[in-house]
Amino acid sequence: MPDDDLTRRIIDVIANTQHMAPERITLDSTFQELNIDSLDGINILFALENEFNVNIPDDAAQNIRTVREMVDGVTRLVEGGAGSSAPAHAG
Amino acid sequence: MSNRRVVVTGIGVVSPIGQTAAEFFDALTAGRSGIGPLQSMAPGLLRFPNGAEVRGFDALQHFDEKETGLLDRFAQFGVVSARQAIQDAGIEWTPELRERTAIVTGSCVGGQSTEDEGFEVLYRRNASRVNPFTIPRIMANAGASRISLEYGITGPTWTVSTACSSSTHALGQAFWMVRNGSAEMAVTGGSEAIFSLGFLKAWEAMRVVSPDTCRPFSKDRRGLILGEGGAALVLETLDAARARGAKIHAEVVGFGMSSDAFHITQPSAEGAARAMRAAICDARIQPEQIGYINAHGTGTTANDATETAAIRTTFGEHADRLTVSSTKSMHGHALGAAGAIEALACILALEKGILPPTANYTEADPSCDLDVIPNEARRAEVEYAMSNSFAFGGLNAVVALRAWRSAR
Repeated sequence: MPDDDLTRRIIDVIANTQHMAPERITLDSTFQELNIDSLDGINILFALENEFNVNIPDDAAQNIRTVREMVDGVTRLVEGGAGSSAPAHAG
Repeated sequence: MSNRRVVVTGIGVVSPIGQTAAEFFDALTAGRSGIGPLQSMAPGLLRFPNGAEVRGFDALQHFDEKETGLLDRFAQFGVVSARQAIQDAGIEWTPELRERTAIVTGSCVGGQSTEDEGFEVLYRRNASRVNPFTIPRIMANAGASRISLEYGITGPTWTVSTACSSSTHALGQAFWMVRNGSAEMAVTGGSEAIFSLGFLKAWEAMRVVSPDTCRPFSKDRRGLILGEGGAALVLETLDAARARGAKIHAEVVGFGMSSDAFHITQPSAEGAARAMRAAICDARIQPEQIGYINAHGTGTTANDATETAAIRTTFGEHADRLTVSSTKSMHGHALGAAGAIEALACILALEKGILPPTANYTEADPSCDLDVIPNEARRAEVEYAMSNSFAFGGLNAVVALRAWRSAR
């Protein structure tokens, strides 16, 4: 089960990056439904890396198609000690 | 339309797999890759450890110290390859010819390393001033201007910057200028030298660079491998070349371009197909006459499948009879220089009757179901070939070439 706080933060990152309301985004949303293309995708990965101070490998990122897959992947990285879960910058 | 025919009478190249045309073609036919661990970067700075660098290039063998101060590595590649091409063409310069010769080059990012060094001095070392030669070194036309100065060439001279299509656009413009009589001769090509940390980090963020090697059209491809280098061609009319008894490498017969108007980074099969059709139309030939395509073939999942679809759209059933290879598997993706390097690969393939392979190929991909000449060069007397370049930004350029032996 994904951590609720982590999920909310990830959804906020996606919402901020895409300039969309976070209410539009659920765990089951696909990127296609949210109109997130490959270029948007790398921008979200960049924002997530900064938010959670993790490195998301290209291979791991390549097959992510839904918000749930993204939450699962980031959770694994954060809990796996690949980086600190603290935000990279305040605010 | 003009009846002037345009031929290639001089060639030159500085690449990760050879610093002369002969070395370059030997490596291509042997399937020898220039991809390896990046020597210009400290290990661990980047997600991707490999690139296709021009190793052993000693600027001081080509320029004195004062000259190197004014020339970024990218411009050096451009000038050295142009010198080779001009020497190969055996041109005897006259004031009239200098005035009627054009120089058209391509470069995506110009003096990237110089720019990076300047920023490092300012932001990291807190300096308050940068090298006063920074501007003449970084300008994308630095190579073209130096070639003009060196040979006293005073005709139309400029540089095209259209990302990965830059030097194919340059070659096409030079070809059209000679064909339509705006110039009697042209020195064209392109150069790039991109191995600076700032620029490589930007590529890392794009997530399209392979963590190992470049495997175009192969099912297990994992992205492109960045490269550097330069290539140059001398173009002139067939009549002029014959009149002076010049050796002819190949004929340039057509050029086509298009814009996808689709997406800033995703490729479009329709846009690519329109550029190929435009080149074939410009050459006044039929698609069935094309025997070999030097593909854009970057080794990314998206490009290679889209390019395959574009080739199928353009050629129909003939797509199963023509041969396609991506020499980026050996010399890497030299961005703005890629088109010139690959046009040269085409010209040499036509001239020597040997088609270069797609190296590092391991496994067929149903979405890239063309004859991609896996791993082994192939002997074949092809009459017409094409070189494809498709840039980020959706800008496509394709040049069509004809073997000289069959053009006589």
